[in-house]
Amino acid sequence: MGKNNVSLRGKNILGLESFSPEEISLVLETAQEMKNIIHRDIKKVPTLRGKSVVNLFYEPSTRTRTSFELAGKYLGADVINMTASTSSVVKGESLRDTLLTIEAMGVDAIIMRHKAEGAAEYATKVVEPVILNAGDGAHAHPTQGLLDLFTIMQYKKKFQGLKAVILGDVLHSRVARSDIWGMRKMGMEVHLAGPKTLMPRFLFEEPGIYIHDRIEEALENADVINCLRIQLERQKAGLFPSTREYARIFGLNDARLALAKKDVLVMHPGPMNKGLEISPYVAYGAHSAIQEQVQNGVAIRMALLILVLTGGKNIEANS
Amino acid sequence: MKQILKGGRVINPANHFDEICDVLIEDGKISRIGCDIEDAGADIIDVSNKIVTPGLIDMHVHFREPGQEAKEDFISGSCAAAAGGYTTVAAMPNTTPVVDTAAIVRSLQRRAEECSCVHIEIIGALTKGQKGEELAEVGDMTEAGAVAFSDDGHFVKKAKVLLNGFDYLRTFDKVIINHDEEPSLVEDGLMNEGHKSAMLGMKGRPTVAEDIAVARDIMLAEYADARVHVAHISSAKAVDIVRQAKKRGVRVTAEATPQHLTLTDECVNLYDTSTKINPPLRAQRDVDALLAGIKDGTIDAIATDHSPHAEEEKDKEYCYAPSGFPGLETALGVLLTELYHTGKLTIQEIISKMTYEPAKILGLEAGSLEAGKAADITVIDPELTWTVDEKDFYTRGTHSPFVGRIFKGKAIITMVDGEVVMKDGKIIC
Repeated sequence: MGKNNVSLRGKNILGLESFSPEEISLVLETAQEMKNIIHRDIKKVPTLRGKSVVNLFYEPSTRTRTSFELAGKYLGADVINMTASTSSVVKGESLRDTLLTIEAMGVDAIIMRHKAEGAAEYATKVVEPVILNAGDGAHAHPTQGLLDLFTIMQYKKKFQGLKAVILGDVLHSRVARSDIWGMRKMGMEVHLAGPKTLMPRFLFEEPGIYIHDRIEEALENADVINCLRIQLERQKAGLFPSTREYARIFGLNDARLALAKKDVLVMHPGPMNKGLEISPYVAYGAHSAIQEQVQNGVAIRMALLILVLTGGKNIEANS
Repeated sequence: MKQILKGGRVINPANHFDEICDVLIEDGKISRIGCDIEDAGADIIDVSNKIVTPGLIDMHVHFREPGQEAKEDFISGSCAAAAGGYTTVAAMPNTTPVVDTAAIVRSLQRRAEECSCVHIEIIGALTKGQKGEELAEVGDMTEAGAVAFSDDGHFVKKAKVLLNGFDYLRTFDKVIINHDEEPSLVEDGLMNEGHKSAMLGMKGRPTVAEDIAVARDIMLAEYADARVHVAHISSAKAVDIVRQAKKRGVRVTAEATPQHLTLTDECVNLYDTSTKINPPLRAQRDVDALLAGIKDGTIDAIATDHSPHAEEEKDKEYCYAPSGFPGLETALGVLLTELYHTGKLTIQEIISKMTYEPAKILGLEAGSLEAGKAADITVIDPELTWTVDEKDFYTRGTHSPFVGRIFKGKAIITMVDGEVVMKDGKIIC
């Protein structure tokens, strides 16, 4: 049991919409303890010994899959990776049957990445093990949303009143949607900017969100910037005229960064298109927390696995 | 054989008749409608406190024959129709193969004759293979008995092809029924484009896709002085476009579905594919506009767009599931509960748009109660409370968004050509 009797034991991690601020705080506090473990020489605690976790990935991923795998292993769980391209999925097995098969093998948690919005929630209706959503289409990427919050807390020591700016392809971004939920719940102001063709048309109806036509306008006095990845296919779909023009008018560069607060924090969920949505000088510059985000991702995923599988008691038990 | 439906409230929209009286049925035909009919040789069916209407007509169903029998066939479909109070349905041609020749029309008519407990009318494809390129043999199909033509499920992309259809069909006086969504605006779209789709990250199908499609079709029909029918209208603007066209004398008609009249995109959730339909469930302002359109006559008919799919097809990730759900067995319950008992529509309005009006659009004999006409009659208990349970469905389709709902009002007798084919929800033929 965590503070204020908040517990995430057995909770499916589908999106941040269903998280309370207290639950988010519990995850962030636990992640801080986890980060200490990552910094040890021997990065291993036995808390999840005897637990088995499956990484079920229907889409390619470097950061999320690897960090979930390491998170499980640092905690002593057995972690199996399943990718759609090397499983019965290529023989046409349905998601229901794949999930039932994994469940029948006795796993405790399934981490799922899928291109269909709602796939993780669907899984919770089909099988008993805890489901952790590692990204479902453009809907949600809650672990990314939490690691973004963790990174903000690390540098800013608070959330309340901070101005966050999310730049770029909000339309196709599950990261943006999880940030929008998470940041607002923690009291941040969320500003969005990018080409209107990459902005959901009716998002303005959602309270607590400010949408800008020009990114300069959004960046003024920003405390935190999250620069989203631009998928190159979007240009072919006619959503913006050229990568050159995108970089020139919507790219995050030093000149635009200067509009933000002096201590602004720059994040990017990766993988980056340097020179397109973000200039390499910004990506590797003094304000960038992009590498830190990756390490924080492991800590957040460790925290979630512990919290949903054990409730978070006795993290160092048996060590 | 004689039967008397005794003491019911008889509603006949064709002549605005609405009285408590009896209906005498003789040899499959209505022989008299009047007060206190006595006939010693007749079976008496007591229908006091019930509503007696012309057999319901659904001008938009997908019965999936030929070729898609895992979803539905004429037996399961016609039983679902009878269970819902329908005596006549018109089946859409988006089957495998597509119904685009007179030979297929005739074979389906024979099949209906053999196995269906209700009348199944056949709608032919407007274009060969519903590909939108060349007109199908609509003249031949008309002579075989096709009641209308449609590429339903697909928008007729080429304006010239549709104009050819309008011009050519003048000879045969048949209506073209259009599925109006401009394809480039709805590509991969899963639900209404709105606040909800924005927050869920689901690709949207904007109302403007329907609006410009309806507008184009109306302009073409007006230019050709031809008849056009807008299938499952769902957008507020599209309703207004039809309204303005009717005022100018364009020969346009429109239908709305029970789902578009009562549900919004707010009921879409990510794990249940039952709400995935095309056009999608819209916003409340659209629902309100549809209701206003029903009220002022802009929308002529209520049709279900009964679109059953096999369980394994619907039990999928939202984006992979096919669109549509079965509507025949829930339509009357939805309409009576949500629109009649709430006072939004009168019973006469509802019945007219489920009988007389669709018959007029398709040129059917059915749709009214009249001495000499076939005894296609539905008896409705407007007060009967029931719970929608998938297990009770006759349709093969599953995943209706109405499952679990408690409705007030249901058809309790369906009579086709004087024969009771459904009683108290059970098919008896």
